[in-house]
Amino acid sequence: MRTVFKTSYDADINLFRHGAQMGWYLALLALAIVLPWLFNTFWIGEATNMLIWAIAGMGLMILVGQTGQASLGHAAFLAVGCYANVLFQEKLGLPFIISFPLGGIVAGLAGVLIAIPTTRLHGIYLAIGTLAISILADDLIVIAEPLTNGVMGLYAPDINLFGLSINRYAQPDLFYWLTLVVTLLVVLAYRNILRSSLGRSFAAVRDSEVSARAMGVNVAKTKAISFGISAGITGLAGALMGHFAGIFNNETFNIIISIQLLLMIVIGGLGSIHGAFFGAVIVAILPQAIAIGRDMVTGVLGVSSIAIPGLESAIFGGILIGFILFEPMGIYGRWIKIRTYFQLFPFYRRDMFRRQKSYLKTERMR
Amino acid sequence: MSLLEIDNVTLRFGGVVAVNQVSFSVEEGEVFAIVGPNGAGKSTLFNLVSRFYDPADGDIRFEGKSILSLQPHEIAKLGIARTFQNIELFEQATVLQNLLVGRHRHRSNNPLSQALFLPSVRREEHGHREAVERVIDFLDLQPYREKYIAGLPYGVRKVVEMGRALALEPKLLLLDEPASGLSVEETQDVAFWVEDIKNQMGITVLMVEHDMHLVASVSDRVLALADGKTLALGTPKEVQNHPAVVEAYIGTTEIDEKVPA
Amino acid sequence: MDVLQLVVSGLANGCIYGLIALGFVLIYKATEQVNFAQGDFMMLGAFVCLGFTNAEFLGWPFWISVPLAILIMGAFGYFLENLVLRQMFGQPQVAVVILTIALGFVLRFVAGVIWGHEPVSLESPLAGKELRFGGLVLGWDEVTVILVTVVLTLLLYFYFSRTRLGVAMQAASQNQLAAYYMGIPVKRLHSFIWALAGMVAAVAGILFASKGSIEPSIGLLGIKAFAAAVIGGFGSLPGALLGGLIVGLIEPFSARYIAAGYSQVMPYLLLFLILVFRPHGILAQVHSKKV
Repeated sequence: MRTVFKTSYDADINLFRHGAQMGWYLALLALAIVLPWLFNTFWIGEATNMLIWAIAGMGLMILVGQTGQASLGHAAFLAVGCYANVLFQEKLGLPFIISFPLGGIVAGLAGVLIAIPTTRLHGIYLAIGTLAISILADDLIVIAEPLTNGVMGLYAPDINLFGLSINRYAQPDLFYWLTLVVTLLVVLAYRNILRSSLGRSFAAVRDSEVSARAMGVNVAKTKAISFGISAGITGLAGALMGHFAGIFNNETFNIIISIQLLLMIVIGGLGSIHGAFFGAVIVAILPQAIAIGRDMVTGVLGVSSIAIPGLESAIFGGILIGFILFEPMGIYGRWIKIRTYFQLFPFYRRDMFRRQKSYLKTERMR
Repeated sequence: MSLLEIDNVTLRFGGVVAVNQVSFSVEEGEVFAIVGPNGAGKSTLFNLVSRFYDPADGDIRFEGKSILSLQPHEIAKLGIARTFQNIELFEQATVLQNLLVGRHRHRSNNPLSQALFLPSVRREEHGHREAVERVIDFLDLQPYREKYIAGLPYGVRKVVEMGRALALEPKLLLLDEPASGLSVEETQDVAFWVEDIKNQMGITVLMVEHDMHLVASVSDRVLALADGKTLALGTPKEVQNHPAVVEAYIGTTEIDEKVPA
Repeated sequence: MDVLQLVVSGLANGCIYGLIALGFVLIYKATEQVNFAQGDFMMLGAFVCLGFTNAEFLGWPFWISVPLAILIMGAFGYFLENLVLRQMFGQPQVAVVILTIALGFVLRFVAGVIWGHEPVSLESPLAGKELRFGGLVLGWDEVTVILVTVVLTLLLYFYFSRTRLGVAMQAASQNQLAAYYMGIPVKRLHSFIWALAGMVAAVAGILFASKGSIEPSIGLLGIKAFAAAVIGGFGSLPGALLGGLIVGLIEPFSARYIAAGYSQVMPYLLLFLILVFRPHGILAQVHSKKV
């Protein structure tokens, strides 16, 4: 295990703990940048999809992992970001470079607005309240037909950026790089928030509201800020999702997407940026893995297999049950254990990460 | 003018009168202790000052101004910090992060500049860290700086909580049973720290404590409560020998033995 | 008359929601766990019964299939608690929520593989028979739903308010460890409650399937029932039924008097308003934590 000899406070503030760590992440970034030259169009699309889910995952992670507020309604903010971005372009004629951040801001404001009543709720009540928001958003899109074109949906125009026209199918590499840039900016903002007082007040609210208050943290305001940032980032993901899908309607952002988003970050590992990415990899890879598996079955048995409805969700659910039972810290938690095993080899002990079991006390008392 | 004035405060929970017309004032620079049997209303008084409860009657003033119109989170901004009887730390964070939360009232950057991590944010972080390091030095918390609270022993958590309150740089420090559950040596440390907090940092201390020995050795004045009512108020010695107090602690003649010579 | 029929069909629907909500509340009251898959339990119970009794499957007599389905669902709840949920002891509430959501995905898939995705109805002796009061025509199926639900709710309510079990259940939910020390068999209690919730879900499923058709995704009805439970006040058995009835009634009336699209929106709008203005439901029981 590496021991870092700290010589200034910056050692704890800087983005990377030591040079080697920075090296690894730069290598990863380099790989991400050259990816379009290594793979064909199909896989570039898949990578883009993964990045979009990762952005949405980071958005939700700020709220759930950092501030401890469960939300089952984040598809609503995907929808707000997506519709706002496209409507700004179509109805107001704004260019993408303005409509895109504006879409995020509108989603963020929607988040703050919704946070005002809902953040008084706790645990399960918050979950059901946000669930209601997701369902209401779905229905509202249908009801607001003049603006949203109801169930018929809207077409996302090609993106115009610095004189370049970016279409997901015609210029998959440009679309990928655009998504990559947005991803990096979100990661950077996320990390910056975590290492400043705002991130600490999020953690304070997550771990003990009473003592957060006693330390001068305005709990309601902090939750609203967290909701706003979370919804804003999710809205950016939604805007990209709209351009990626090409056409979208209320069904694109239904309650199942909300649930899937939450399950995704739980599989990935709550409370870390890594978790959002690991979860997004699973979400993006799973349909392809199932398709490949089905083709193999078809090849072996010589029968043509048709799509089995619900298989994808079921496997996703199965993976999640496995993780919750055997690795509640998610893929990231498992990754840390494996890494520690090799760093300490052969001195790793099985119970190294075991925490004392906490017995449940009622949540009706708050 | 007193630093903190509790003026004729009454609080009821349903039919139970938890605090009954209690009045006292804490002067700047003193250590003021509240003693009394379980259920006497000691912690309730703390929660009243923290604005977690609303008094049914009476007024609470800090530096001459009533605090009853303030929200709980605004109390810290005035310079009042507190600890909790049953330790309320941020479990999934490190000791350092916990102490840094104590600096919350001294932050000056908005969320946007924090998201961009402008140079001013970095400068401010350095300032917070320096202040926190002073607390770490004071309380000898160096070995635990990067440890998560969830894995720390009880005694250390108790100290971390005191540190978090000190990081706030308060004018008034409320300690809710700082020595409960601690060993004799740890209690001795608390006594030294309380004296240093008063003498070196110039912070006024209001504490609730069961350990009469500790109370007698550090406090300037003591208030004895029973059933929400004031029994006695005065120097530790006066209060311990007060007939009403002796009666409240029936059969506790050992109190007298504990008085330091 | 027209309005009265709307009321009866609304009440019948509301009773189904109420029964599912009853399952949520039972589990929540006793274990502080929240079973998001309760709607899928209902779906499963309906399909199990349907699998026994419908001609295209086993074709057994209805009156044998019903108790059998209820028993099977009871066993299902029991073993689910024993094998899966017991591992979750001491983990945060939301972890169980997420686990049961995932479980719902799996159950829906399994039901689809076994019984197919086409909507089917249960061949029950209740279906299609009518009851006439003057000009009012009521379906026997709807009347049965209402009667069974009311009886079942009262039975459970008195069982838990009048017996030691009810007290033990409350104690176990508020502090597991303390309840353990006081000699309450917390684990057995949990298994029992999950079994009971499974059985209630089976009853709800059978009633639902005999007055309409079911398919695997009908389990998502659980979300609406969940809203009902919160509206009524999570943690109160009569509250669950009350919430179910409110949701059941609000749907047909808003579809009729506002616009068709609003029957979906109104229950959740009501839920949202309740959460904002009375955060813990109509019949609430929440206290604040002491520090």
